[in-house]
Amino acid sequence: MTDKPTMIEFRDVHKYYGDYHALRGISATIRAGEFFSLLGPSGCGKTTLLRTIAGFEGISSGAVLIDSKDMADVPANKRPTNMVFQSYAIFPHMSVAENVGFGLRRDPRSKADKAKAVEEALEMVGLKGYGTRAAHALSGGQRQRVALARALILKPKVLLLDEPLSALDKKMREHMQVELIKLQRQVGITFVLVTHDQEEALVMSDRIAVMFEGEIAQLADPETLYRRPATRKVADFIGTMNFIPCTVLSESDSGCEVEAKGLGRVHLDPGQCPPLRGGADPVVGLRPETLTLVYPGQTTTERTTPGVIDEVIYFGDMTYYDVYIGGTDIEVRLSMRNVPGRPILEVGAKVDVAWSPTALVLFR
Amino acid sequence: MTKSPSLKAYAIGYLIFLYAPIALLPIFAFNDSRIIAFPLSGFTTNWFVEMWGDVQMWNALKNSLTIATTTAILSTTLGIFAARASTRYRFPAKGGIMGLIMLPLVLPEMIVAMSLLVVLLAVGVPLSIFTVILGHTLICTPFAVAILTSAFQSLDQSLEEAAYDLGESPASTFRLIILPLVMPGIISSLLICFTISLDEFIIAYFLAGADTVLSSYIYSQFRFPAKVPAMLALGTVLVLVSVVLLTIAEYFRRRGIAKTGGKDTGGFL
Repeated sequence: MTDKPTMIEFRDVHKYYGDYHALRGISATIRAGEFFSLLGPSGCGKTTLLRTIAGFEGISSGAVLIDSKDMADVPANKRPTNMVFQSYAIFPHMSVAENVGFGLRRDPRSKADKAKAVEEALEMVGLKGYGTRAAHALSGGQRQRVALARALILKPKVLLLDEPLSALDKKMREHMQVELIKLQRQVGITFVLVTHDQEEALVMSDRIAVMFEGEIAQLADPETLYRRPATRKVADFIGTMNFIPCTVLSESDSGCEVEAKGLGRVHLDPGQCPPLRGGADPVVGLRPETLTLVYPGQTTTERTTPGVIDEVIYFGDMTYYDVYIGGTDIEVRLSMRNVPGRPILEVGAKVDVAWSPTALVLFR
Repeated sequence: MTKSPSLKAYAIGYLIFLYAPIALLPIFAFNDSRIIAFPLSGFTTNWFVEMWGDVQMWNALKNSLTIATTTAILSTTLGIFAARASTRYRFPAKGGIMGLIMLPLVLPEMIVAMSLLVVLLAVGVPLSIFTVILGHTLICTPFAVAILTSAFQSLDQSLEEAAYDLGESPASTFRLIILPLVMPGIISSLLICFTISLDEFIIAYFLAGADTVLSSYIYSQFRFPAKVPAMLALGTVLVLVSVVLLTIAEYFRRRGIAKTGGKDTGGFL
């Protein structure tokens, strides 16, 4: 993975809209053949960044390189990128085949060859035989596939996807996530996806850039992002994280010692103490699934903390418990899988919460 | 809910007031008498023959059609530019500029006609159908802008970007994507401007100079009672032509909507 060549490179990219600083010094590389996601809340600049790759937005300073070529003077219609738009942008006055074949208008191939290419593209997205249909008569999922086929028929170096699944219902969205991953592996093209849905980004991407306020807060693979978020903001945006106030007792090359409220004294490895400092009071973060309830009669080799259940939220396959630890100062959320023989506990029950020091991350 | 009988009577009365005079037009156009009054005296097509042989009428009609066609094309072209600019670009004083473009919509035509007449005479431009075209374009452009702005507004910007992204130039994107999708709006605009210009009396009367146009010609003929039946025949033909034109326009509008899968929001206005 790491030795794959660079496909897109951002060099200190800034973008201003009047006084508004939309992109604040983006530097990153996207590798060839990678499924890369730009993740962040609305207004964080992720779509703007995507549009600078496509060429729909100019940049105020810095450089965007695609395949080692500076794109400064290359207009959108000459770039080796194609885009799947949030609204799909299916041409309503054309048939499905006309939509998919639109990009081949300037292609010198014969009519028959182009028709074949269109049919192949439709087959690839699972719409074989839909060519003669009117584009406006398609369902949301089908439009999405047409938009994909239309963008991929030109065999771009990079496929840009602007929130492509946000208009679909949950079932369809989950289905299309898997389809997109498969499609990306099949065609081997670099995919750059913009999304505000952290789950979607985690499921689909090889690497994710988390953006806040025009800056990349962290760029990492999904697992690192989830297990070792670089900042409290990233940790808060991705999944659920319990934050417990703590004091840092000592710090050395072998890690740091912290005293966390309700948990006591804990040693953290260097990987658990990200170097970034936000200036806020230090906290340790713990994911709900790294905490477990110790049922009466059970034993655990992990460290435990006594607590009282404050809230029980039933999810079918899971139950979420909000538990006070260390008096009523600190409440943590933990999730337990509902398996046979594991009763759902009641509010007010006194329990032991088991946790592992290796699951902690320090933020300061 | 029970319908009030007085509301029903009002609705019927309103429709009679609106359409009965138009219905009288063909009745008297085929009536064998120069006097416009009941009882009817018999069926004739003489008035149509008389109208057909009226050289002055043909001349006025030719002038009016020239004016209306030119006005429709000019106003719609200007309207396309203005609508495109107002829906796609941001520029200083946009609100003010668009307001000034739309102002002739509420400006009394009398004022437009008078001020144009004064200016044209002062500059020394001879009055002709050309000056009428100028005046009509001035009053028709706001209608074109209003119709076309809504057509351009309903156009998703990413459609243009998609075409551009797929390798088309801005010019070919306009031709292949934007133009076909705003075509119903363009046809509506052409039609409305054509109709407004054809009907228009005040500006045509003020600015036509020695040239006659249909509206002022018809008005002038009503001074001679003997000419009135022939004018009613002409009116009948005009009503018929309007109905046919509107039907064609409506057909194209519905076909456009069916083709792009849009929702029918009523008339083409």
